[in-house]
Amino acid sequence: MIPRIGIITGTAALAAIIGAPPADAGKKDDTLNIAWDQPVDNVDAYFNTNREGILIARLVWDNLIERDPDSFEYKPSLATAWRWVDDLTLEFELRKDVKFQDGQPFDADDVVYTVNFVSDPGNKVLNQSNVNWIKNAEKLDPYKVRINLKAPFPAALEFISGPLPIYPHKYYAAAGPQGMGRQPVGSGPYKVISVEPGKQIVFEKNPVYWEGSPRGKPKIGKIVQRTIPEKTTQIAEILSGGLDWMWYVPTDQVDKIKTVPGLTTAAGETMRIGYLYMDAAGRSGKSPLQDVRVRRAIAHAVNRPEFTKTFFGSEASVLKAPCFPTQFGCYQDGPQYSFDPAKAKQLLSEAGFAGGFETELYAFRPRQWDDALAGYLRAVGIKANIQFLQYPAMRDKNQAGTTPLSFADWGSYSVNDVSAMLPNFFGGTADDFAQDKEVQDWLKDAGSVTDKARRADDYKKAITKLMDQMHMLPLNSYSIYYAYTDALDFKPYRDEIPRYYLYGWK
Amino acid sequence: MLAFTLKRTLVALLVAVTVSVISFSLLRLSGDLAQSLAGPSATAADVIAVRKAYGLDQPIAVQYIDWARKAVRGDFGDSFFFKEPVWSMIATRLPVTMTLGVCALIFALVIAIPLGVLAALRPNSWVDRLALTLSVFGQALPSFWFALMLMILFGLKLRWLPISGTGTWQHYVMPAIALGYYGMPAFMRLTRAGMMEVLASDYIRTARAKGLRTPTVLFKHALRNAIIPVVAVAAVQFGFFLGGSIVIESVFALHGVGYLGLESISRADFPVVQAIVLILASIYVVLTLLADLLNAFLDPRIRVA
Repeated sequence: MIPRIGIITGTAALAAIIGAPPADAGKKDDTLNIAWDQPVDNVDAYFNTNREGILIARLVWDNLIERDPDSFEYKPSLATAWRWVDDLTLEFELRKDVKFQDGQPFDADDVVYTVNFVSDPGNKVLNQSNVNWIKNAEKLDPYKVRINLKAPFPAALEFISGPLPIYPHKYYAAAGPQGMGRQPVGSGPYKVISVEPGKQIVFEKNPVYWEGSPRGKPKIGKIVQRTIPEKTTQIAEILSGGLDWMWYVPTDQVDKIKTVPGLTTAAGETMRIGYLYMDAAGRSGKSPLQDVRVRRAIAHAVNRPEFTKTFFGSEASVLKAPCFPTQFGCYQDGPQYSFDPAKAKQLLSEAGFAGGFETELYAFRPRQWDDALAGYLRAVGIKANIQFLQYPAMRDKNQAGTTPLSFADWGSYSVNDVSAMLPNFFGGTADDFAQDKEVQDWLKDAGSVTDKARRADDYKKAITKLMDQMHMLPLNSYSIYYAYTDALDFKPYRDEIPRYYLYGWK
Repeated sequence: MLAFTLKRTLVALLVAVTVSVISFSLLRLSGDLAQSLAGPSATAADVIAVRKAYGLDQPIAVQYIDWARKAVRGDFGDSFFFKEPVWSMIATRLPVTMTLGVCALIFALVIAIPLGVLAALRPNSWVDRLALTLSVFGQALPSFWFALMLMILFGLKLRWLPISGTGTWQHYVMPAIALGYYGMPAFMRLTRAGMMEVLASDYIRTARAKGLRTPTVLFKHALRNAIIPVVAVAAVQFGFFLGGSIVIESVFALHGVGYLGLESISRADFPVVQAIVLILASIYVVLTLLADLLNAFLDPRIRVA
């Protein structure tokens, strides 16, 4: 596709002229101009699965509790206190002085409506693993609620502090997901002024944001988010002062941008991990990938250290398991696969594919990454035809089971527990290309007990088998590079959630 | 003229219907619409229910007639991705693409016609060579690369123009140049060839012999005849600009129909793709028809050809 080729040529050309100082437009009119390259299909946080959707959710809505972005400790938010009544019951005392942006006061009805709506499978929340552990919510009094669980779920607070924002019940009942997507209303630090689907979202500081929020009072008056699909164009915009902030800056541009007066770059490893997912179960039809030797050959064929260093820089690391190392249960000592093309060829030969084979490789991240992976596979005789899609289209194809080989990534919704990663891909869900009953049982057990040792043991067994059978080749953690104007007081966070409400002008 | 008009209109209608049938069939064959509509978490029963509810269990000919009947009324259904009515999405974006197309066409004509005239007046001179060189560059340069070069020069170095977006008229300058430059050579060559042919004709010699001033001969007598084929090509080229603006819209982050089409293809958003193909094809067909009729009006020989 021509525009993707343009990225490479254009970025190289831009590098040659970097040196022009950007104008400092954003600070002057108290507007933070930011760009994302992926459009959000529905601004309603429960009906998109984009990372960008999480960023919107943090601006517009609040959660019952807040996870501190630095210490990962839980802090009171819409709930002032909480306790486990038993393994299946969580109780929350609610704040009494919060109002939504439409003036409606916040109380238990909002929590009960939101939780019951999203946990009802009939309402088809997009990521069911975020909510399918909830049985229901019940109101104990106007400012006290209970959330009942279907089974013990140790990571419940991680989800409650993450992908479970609370909506105003009257408004949501009337507007529904589509109405909420078009005109979002929340209690958060920013309100949405306009949504132009796929093009632009404008946020404005919520002047009556409630006192005592762990997010603090918002500092910047207005945020204008634009969808700019081409990275080259984003870079040109930030160099000219048209943008104040961008992320996922291509690694080869970071050093050049650093030298531009008025611009700063920052980097940080995130919980997001890249992986190659192979259809071992044959959901997409009969293919060589159903042979474990072929999957192991692929693991040996990819030069992961080189791939990581080239595209993600020194902040990123090669992974030993299909999860982020700090996540609870991310066992690191399972079988490993070094870069060894000769061994890969030998394994392919043993599997009866000495002459190689052809497969589709589905991908949605930058084309250079996909080309590099396809190149490694080609070197051992596997011809991977890249099918480049946007993320939502690829997600649908994954879940429909039509992708023999996928290159994708997962940020675990920034939940620091492997229950936000492994069950989604190996728990018998629509994304499960392993269909391994034993692994499914271990994951189910780990997700239904609170005993840490037992959970850790379950995850250890699951990861050991997943790595041995090479269902998913973990590639690397992602490090994100940000570029922003010197005037912005910005700080990156490990959970890959830029918190625009915490940032201000210097 | 009436018979000619009717004949051409009928052909244009047939072309539009053929395009709609082909695009409808190809998109139906490229994936399971019921699965896409039902969503990723749908059960097999959900998919069957959706298939029935949307008439996707009907023969493809019946589906086409149903779709065409609604499409004629402007009802193209909802986008799978944004859950918005397709028509309103296209209506919001069409002005961007149309503005870009018109600006690109004006740019191409304003550069091409004077260059073509100059080249025809001095064939094989340095002016002619320069015009041909510009023309060759226009066709050889990849439009995305040229767009990036413009962006670097006018957006970053000189800071004269905004880099992306659609907020002001200045936002359209670079995209129009990038798109128009690609279409300019065809106009330039046609003008040059037409002028050379006309300038060698008897009535021009007569006009000169009558002692008319050179500008009068050139613009009143020669150019008016030489430009007839340019009118036809301009209409076709405008249609090409509308459909071919995909790359330019993507590079300059112009949220027009071309970019929407590109994104919709990668999102497997069938209703949007189908509607865009039909609308752009229809515009192209109408423009070609108008060009044919205009040419026939200007040059009676065409009516009997």
